[in-house]
Amino acid sequence: MKLSLQRIVALAIKELLAVIKDKRSRIVLVVPPLLQLVVFGYAATFDLNDIPVAVYNEDRGAPSRELVSRIIGSPHFHLTARVDHDAQIAPLIDNKTVLAIVHIGSRFSADLHAGRGTWVQVIIDGRNSNTALLLQGYLREIVGDFNLAWSERNGLPPPVSKLQVRPWFNSNLVSRWFVVPGIVGLLALVVTTIVTALSVAREREAGTFDQLLVTPLRPIEILIGKSFPGVLIGLVQGSFILLMAVYWFDVPLRGSLGALYAGMLLFLLSAVGIGLMISSLAVTQQQGMLGAFLFLVPAVILSGFATPIANMPEAVQVLTYINPLRYFLIILRGVFLEGDSYAILLRYYWPMAVIAVATLSVAGWLFRHRLS
Amino acid sequence: MSSAAAARMRLWGMIRKESLQILRDPSSIAIAFVLPVILLLLFGFGVSLDARNIRLALVVEQADSNTASLTGAFAGSEFFAPVSYGSIQEAEQALVGHAVDGVVWLRNDFSARLLGGGVAPIGVFVNGVDANQARITQGYIQAVWQLWLETYAQAHGRELPAPVTLEPRIWFNAALRSRNFLVPGLMAVIMTLTGAMLTSMVVAREWERGTMEALLVTPVRIWEITVGKLLPYFVLGMGGMLLTVAMALWVFEVPLRGSFWVLTATSALFMLVALGMGLLISTIARNQFVAGQIALVATFLPAFILSGFIFEISSMPAPIQFITHVVPARYFVAILQTLFAAGDIWPVILANSAALLVMMLFFLGLARRKTRKRLD
Repeated sequence: MKLSLQRIVALAIKELLAVIKDKRSRIVLVVPPLLQLVVFGYAATFDLNDIPVAVYNEDRGAPSRELVSRIIGSPHFHLTARVDHDAQIAPLIDNKTVLAIVHIGSRFSADLHAGRGTWVQVIIDGRNSNTALLLQGYLREIVGDFNLAWSERNGLPPPVSKLQVRPWFNSNLVSRWFVVPGIVGLLALVVTTIVTALSVAREREAGTFDQLLVTPLRPIEILIGKSFPGVLIGLVQGSFILLMAVYWFDVPLRGSLGALYAGMLLFLLSAVGIGLMISSLAVTQQQGMLGAFLFLVPAVILSGFATPIANMPEAVQVLTYINPLRYFLIILRGVFLEGDSYAILLRYYWPMAVIAVATLSVAGWLFRHRLS
Repeated sequence: MSSAAAARMRLWGMIRKESLQILRDPSSIAIAFVLPVILLLLFGFGVSLDARNIRLALVVEQADSNTASLTGAFAGSEFFAPVSYGSIQEAEQALVGHAVDGVVWLRNDFSARLLGGGVAPIGVFVNGVDANQARITQGYIQAVWQLWLETYAQAHGRELPAPVTLEPRIWFNAALRSRNFLVPGLMAVIMTLTGAMLTSMVVAREWERGTMEALLVTPVRIWEITVGKLLPYFVLGMGGMLLTVAMALWVFEVPLRGSFWVLTATSALFMLVALGMGLLISTIARNQFVAGQIALVATFLPAFILSGFIFEISSMPAPIQFITHVVPARYFVAILQTLFAAGDIWPVILANSAALLVMMLFFLGLARRKTRKRLD
């Protein structure tokens, strides 16, 4: 028996209608992703801007004033308080009024003018260790610039060696360029999984799935028909977010759209496969929803979306190999920022293809074999 | 029978009914106990911002004792896993092909310039796609280089020409162990999830099956239904919470500097907020599909991204900062991070608890109002 295109198209249309004919479902498909894109696009950044700091300057000389103005003139910091005795330090940090206090001792200018090395102390709130680390980096940079300027003005010898640091692909290290392409994958995964995870379960609950099985439709035709809405909705939403990323968030798109869409298609197929597998295992919609939840939450957190996979312990890293989002995020960022070619991306394409084939076959097999 | 006794009896009956329902349906017990444990284990180990073994390409065009001491410094650092490349072209190829995360390049005139009294430049390229990791990598490269410079200057009797040195004092987490702030943050994310899921799905189920209407025509009052539904799930949720605290302390070895009773009290408050949120969602949604969907969109992702658990709220644009005020996890994350790392700092705890209290009254009040409206 040959595959019938007519039957597949009919089923695909029916499946699509099942998802979008309900007004509430349509709203759920459009509004939350849009809101999330805008909110998360702006919120999910590791760059530090306007970090509240306090200055405790016991020195009255010009050099200390110069250093202070360099710090509070930086876009990273915002002067929130001035401190004039030690007892004020602890409450400011404890109560999170400021995240750092720059403390310049009374001999700062005198030491500098005398040609002795001096120091500036900075007390940092370590509750968020990543912020503390970055804050320290920004301050080190400012002090380094101050040192260079001071040495030059006072005829001191330059350091024997110099680091010429050049970040590739993202020369200003804007973390939004990293996060926004990731949101394409994140939201596409959420919507496709939810749409497909309920498609079989809904029919099983209503009893119409058994009817579908006794029609002339072959399991593979059912599989294609059921995959269609998820892939289509994912493609539409993904394309929309892509446009927003380029034209609203100004993320450079350096690689080819073809390489990106090849990745997106494979990614959506694997997401649909996982969704359908969950759905065929579930007896009720609630179980389907719960299954989607249990897949989505770890898939998002262990994808490299916010924290690098390389930092994970070996065992958890192995687990991420079955997560399609892991590969798609690399492809998205690779095409957007690095302009990666098909050749480089090939090793991220095929694992998704394997996941798609495996999960779709299991789902198709389960259609007939999970008759409870 | 007095009316007070009757009310007590009705309330007791509701609690008993809900408790029995929980005991007979293992799925809510799984959500309360198994889910938090698995998620915390997975994420507690999986989510880390501490870069270790950064893959670094080293290109030394002319090897001698000076370059050897510098490459040795990189090899000895716990942060780097250096790989040697013969030429800068090969190293750049490796950077483009994702085989390394950064390149350190010592040109063939490095030692000549170093000894000639000039400035010997060191080329450093990092893959800037992950801006945060790139910054951290740069920082570590800088630190290794700085240390090498000091040793070199000492060995050659040269004065280090650094007029001002920065002396950072990191409070609360001197070792900058990211797990110490990520695990308490994860507890807030996971508790939002389980709390909201516990009530959102189960109450929606009651609406869907029509048993809610049956309940509403009995003499049981609305508040008795609310309390009767909340109390058993509250007990369940707090059990899960205690489990995650125990794991934070003994599995992840996060030090708890605050007192245990403050932790318990604030957790109880937060649990009520999360349950109230779930109750409200299920009352509005009335079907399990929409309830589950809203619970995912309204609880997990905001708690993950907008709570300050990983992304610093003070760095967000003002309108987004404003939005974070309606995310309950934001207040609980602030409380947990302070309690674990710093101790019982009352201004932080009281201000955030007050916000949670307001949210709890809002969610429960609204859920109760919406329930009554259905009777019209």
